[in-house]
Amino acid sequence: MDSFLSSVLSFNYLALALFIPLIGFFVVTACPRTSRLPFFYALVFTLGTFIAALRLIRPALAHPDLFTSQIDEPWMSGLKIRLHMGVDGISLWLILLTTFLMPIAVWATERMVRQRRKSFFAMLMLFEFGLIGVFSALDLVAFYVFWEIALVPMYLMVGGWGGSNAFKVSVKFFVYTMAGSVLMLGSILYLHSLTNSFDYVDIVKMMTGGQIQFTARDQLFIFFGLLAAFAVKAPIFPLHTWLPNTYAEAPMPATFLLAAVMSKMGTYGLLRFGITMAPAAAHRFAPWIAVCAIIGIVYGALLALVQPNIKRLIAYSSLSHISVIVLGIFAFNQQGADGAVYQMLAHGLSTGALFLLAGYLQSRRHSMEIADFGGVAALAPRLAAAFSIALFASIGLPSLCNFVGEFLLLQGAAIANFHWAIGAALGVILSAAYMLWMYQRTFMGKLNPAIEHFHDLDFRDWVPVVPLMILMVWLGCYSQTFMPSISAATNQLLDKTNMTNQYRVMELEREFRRLQVVNVAVEVAHAR
Amino acid sequence: MPDNLMASPPIADYYRLLPEILLTVFGIIVMILESLSKGKRTYLGIISLIGLAAAFAANLPGLVAEPGFAFHNMVSIDSYGIFFRAVVIGVGFLSILSSLSYLDREDSNAGGEFYALILFSVVGQCIMVTAADLIMVFIGLEISSIATYVLAGFLRDDRRNNEAALKYFLLGSFATAFFLYGTAWIFGSVTSTNLEAIRRWMPDNQTTSLSAIVAVAVAMIFVGLGFKVSVAPFQMWAPDVYQGAAAPATGFMSAGPKAAAFAVFFRLFLTAFLPLHDRWAWLVWGVALGTMLIGNLGALMQTNVKRMLGYSSIAHAGYVMVALAAASQVGVSAAMFYLASYAVMNIGAFAVIGYVASRNERFVKIEDLAGLGRRQPAVAALLSIFVFSLIGVPLTGGFVGKFYVFQAALNSHLVWLTILGLVNSAIAAYYYLKIIVAIYMREPDVPVMQLEAPPISLRLAMWVSAIGVLLLGIFPSTLLEFATSSAASLTK
Repeated sequence: MDSFLSSVLSFNYLALALFIPLIGFFVVTACPRTSRLPFFYALVFTLGTFIAALRLIRPALAHPDLFTSQIDEPWMSGLKIRLHMGVDGISLWLILLTTFLMPIAVWATERMVRQRRKSFFAMLMLFEFGLIGVFSALDLVAFYVFWEIALVPMYLMVGGWGGSNAFKVSVKFFVYTMAGSVLMLGSILYLHSLTNSFDYVDIVKMMTGGQIQFTARDQLFIFFGLLAAFAVKAPIFPLHTWLPNTYAEAPMPATFLLAAVMSKMGTYGLLRFGITMAPAAAHRFAPWIAVCAIIGIVYGALLALVQPNIKRLIAYSSLSHISVIVLGIFAFNQQGADGAVYQMLAHGLSTGALFLLAGYLQSRRHSMEIADFGGVAALAPRLAAAFSIALFASIGLPSLCNFVGEFLLLQGAAIANFHWAIGAALGVILSAAYMLWMYQRTFMGKLNPAIEHFHDLDFRDWVPVVPLMILMVWLGCYSQTFMPSISAATNQLLDKTNMTNQYRVMELEREFRRLQVVNVAVEVAHAR
Repeated sequence: MPDNLMASPPIADYYRLLPEILLTVFGIIVMILESLSKGKRTYLGIISLIGLAAAFAANLPGLVAEPGFAFHNMVSIDSYGIFFRAVVIGVGFLSILSSLSYLDREDSNAGGEFYALILFSVVGQCIMVTAADLIMVFIGLEISSIATYVLAGFLRDDRRNNEAALKYFLLGSFATAFFLYGTAWIFGSVTSTNLEAIRRWMPDNQTTSLSAIVAVAVAMIFVGLGFKVSVAPFQMWAPDVYQGAAAPATGFMSAGPKAAAFAVFFRLFLTAFLPLHDRWAWLVWGVALGTMLIGNLGALMQTNVKRMLGYSSIAHAGYVMVALAAASQVGVSAAMFYLASYAVMNIGAFAVIGYVASRNERFVKIEDLAGLGRRQPAVAALLSIFVFSLIGVPLTGGFVGKFYVFQAALNSHLVWLTILGLVNSAIAAYYYLKIIVAIYMREPDVPVMQLEAPPISLRLAMWVSAIGVLLLGIFPSTLLEFATSSAASLTK
């Protein structure tokens, strides 16, 4: 552990970003219960983590296709497990998204959670520790460990602070996710029995170097084990059944994090490990997964259309959006992968903002039923305006974040198989329908007579909303900040596992046209 | 036998057996003092703790004695035996620590025998784990078992205690008979009960009719040991006994005797009976799967925490059987690590259960834990550490143990057993979470008695167990390396 300490002291900002939340967890736990200290410390530690994470940008942008700011320390030496972490162009932005959203969650907790706030803050810190680990782990076991660390506090938050049915819902959430993740553990162990390594970088190197070759059976076991964990977490239809209830019953800051960052664990896992550890099986089953994803897109959107509850509506819309990301990943082309990563960020911001603003609605009206609202815009114009921005971002209006991601995803899907793009486009169209309809019934029209007074957003409400808005516009208007590094990393990812190569062999004549399309896409994004 | 059996053993042999000798002496001292003392017996527990600590020190390799055989190859003090001796002595220590206040609460005049019985039981377990001869295994098994039968029924006036003890005694002695009968058959065929001699005999006689007799004998020994570790289909007694016995006794039973019986299991089947691997491999495979399934499915519908943990201990025996099915050096070290971490977390869990149960164990239902998170936040946090470890969540010893067991299984190409085992551990999460739900997410329906803060000795037992669980989960390397080298010494 000495060398580990020295790596922290030599300002490895990844180690710093990883361990500040853990220290924060202990500090918050040690605070007295009645004071405002826990809030203060939670805010300081999450902001500190964000600042540390900002320092990851420069090295990562210099080499977005490599893993920078690496930590590589022996951990469980008997089992050859190492604490190997690193940041490339994909991890970087997801870590930044996490660390950026976490102070907002802390702020929202202070505003929206009524009781036992101290423990809630402690859980938030532990959750952040797990998430940063998940997005940067390069050792498969370390990845699994962080994956589960993130699950436990989320489970406790949903069950301990949620609605009246929360404990049942949270147990379903835990057991579902656990069933997926233990199968992932099986895959990891299976990979180890074949390669004698838990290290992602080593295994990929061995695979591309041709030192190891997995049989079709091996690929099958590895792929489906990993898929089980990621498909539950994301979720992919038909493993989504835990989602609506969990999102609806969870306290608002937890829902915010579930939708904005925890669902990204699944899609990130698919992209980083799911399609690279067993590429042949991933290719073989891509059409099936695409079918599941398209069903998820349309099914989620249709169910969102008929939800009487705002929280559930956003939950189903989230299922629909995540399914588009999955479709993009299994398109196995540059646009699909780029779009997937970009959309992860965009969806995190837009859905996060929607849940946050829905939380304001809930704390004012103590209800999430659409029927309990109506004409709110007259009393709370600023809340209505903020909500509409988040909503238009979610629909995919050009100049807001989701547009760029969805555009690339649709394009990637169309290149892979035009029929997929039709399904995905259907989801985008429906999203406009259910979102606008919900907005209309909630904010427009005649004022619901049951509402007597309705506070508009005050300064403390604006504090977490404004940064989200700025980033939504930034991502929508100037994708150049993010896209080159994402592209470099996804290109590397696709290339290393020979997927792009295989793809090129199959469709050589489309290659040139496709590259042109990329340029057009980026230009279109810029023009907005 | 190379050396003359009539010659008296050298002094070094006694040093090698010093832990057992110390424990016996302390046990007798406690018994004598018990009959002389009036009033509180807590000091007898302290004496027992000193005895266990002394035995633990005497067990450390190289401190008193160098590893080696003793008493005409009857016991083998190898690092495998030393590891398990440390485990069972540690289990005895934590059990007594967590029972001091329990006994004080239930019956302040009882206690002396309880501590003496734990000491004697630990002696038996120490002999079991170091035995290099079937007869020694039998002797150790009997010493340990008889003491444990009495422990199960220690609270004489409690009906549940009596039921538990009777059930445990009848089924347990039946199982021991199986073991003894198997031993007799082996002696009849091999003309020796020495494990090394049996192992050497096997390859030369693979084709003779005697080998079939030995195979039957191995099956009978399997039955006998299977009862002791409560694997399916010999698990029926476990839930009843675990529910009925006093909580600290249950914690002890689920950890110490089980670890010792598993130590024997691995020593027998991976040394003496290894040549017969083709014959017992499928049996262990099936038993492992059946045990996991019965344990986990049985636990799903329990409302009594002790009974649920009884089923859960069956399931955990199933995971250890997976390591036996792997039949490899990695499997042995995985099982060693698993049993050590299981012992710590289970004793911790039972310490908390015994504390929450209050006098006469009135509150042992899951719903009685409701609101513990608010009533006693520290105890609740410790209990959740134990529960998350039982589930197998990372950063706890339970995770590393499970990880290692399934790694061993996959290295031995047991793909389906691994998948089914992993699915089982996800099912298990469901019932363990009931405890977490109760302590953090539910308010008690009826106002329950205010719990007094746990006494210092109990608090110590809980904290030591919890820290042990976390240390085994976060920095397992030291113990893993020791287990690996011990396993190598066993299977060389």
